[in-house]
Amino acid sequence: METTHKHPPYLMIWLYLAVLTAAELALAFELPISRNLKLLLLLFLAVWKALLVAMFFMHLKFERWNLRILAIIPVPLALIFIAAGMSEHIW
Amino acid sequence: MTHAMASAMRPPFPAERGVDVYNKKLGMWVFLASEVMFFAALIGSYVILRFGAPGEWARPGIVLNIKITAFNTFLLICSSVSMVKAYAAISDGDPRKMRFWLLMTILGGATFVGIQVYEYFHLVEHGFTPAGVREGSELAELVKDGTLPAATMGLYGSTFFTMTGFHGFHVTCGVLSMAYLYFVKALPGKITPQDYAGIEVVGLYWHFVDLVWIILFTIVYLI
Repeated sequence: METTHKHPPYLMIWLYLAVLTAAELALAFELPISRNLKLLLLLFLAVWKALLVAMFFMHLKFERWNLRILAIIPVPLALIFIAAGMSEHIW
Repeated sequence: MTHAMASAMRPPFPAERGVDVYNKKLGMWVFLASEVMFFAALIGSYVILRFGAPGEWARPGIVLNIKITAFNTFLLICSSVSMVKAYAAISDGDPRKMRFWLLMTILGGATFVGIQVYEYFHLVEHGFTPAGVREGSELAELVKDGTLPAATMGLYGSTFFTMTGFHGFHVTCGVLSMAYLYFVKALPGKITPQDYAGIEVVGLYWHFVDLVWIILFTIVYLI
């Protein structure tokens, strides 16, 4: 096995994720801001949380670039796929 | 097989190393890449149906129980942390701690599935089904008085149950894999500080399921 790195502070990341989840809930139901801004902020928080999980729990932060690329490649593909669908039905 | 035949079947040069990870882990990452596309199809369909829908969509919090799902989200995040703690424990050479954290993860995952099943029963009881709103139910009254939009409830029901159902299926598979790992591998001492590939590979799957839920929770329950 090739794991020689020191473990990241998992409990701190857990705390981060918990606080971000609470922030999402407050944002969705308590904050009186416009619907579009709310949507943007909620997506931003979700991506932030997802990145924390991928970087620290899935150890992508400590992997080599070739494995990182393997993990990242489907994300733009998925976004292109969704945007193509939206362009046909919504825009 | 003669020696000449065997050497003829070998590649003419040493095979190059690829991404420099062991096969099981590479296999899991390739599988997860395909899973990204799978969930992209589900989430993409939802986004297209919702924002291209002929009319308003039900506001969050009217049909779904956000509080219980927020708790479920927190539970899944906790189980992701316990899984990574199991990985850290065995890589530090502590199988006892690894077994404890793995068991906690299984319990967390199983509770998540249990709560989701409870949520489904609750929703169907109130009239929210994969086909839309059931005639004569509590939600049908809300559709009648205009609180819920009649035109899009069918789409809402089918997309909601498809997305959360497939995610729940993934969580169930994760719990079963971890239970196998615990009872067949960890308890008999087959997971050692020298070989803990199972923990790492199943862990990757489990964190991915958590990651997908983070996105789904925001898109389905909060927006």
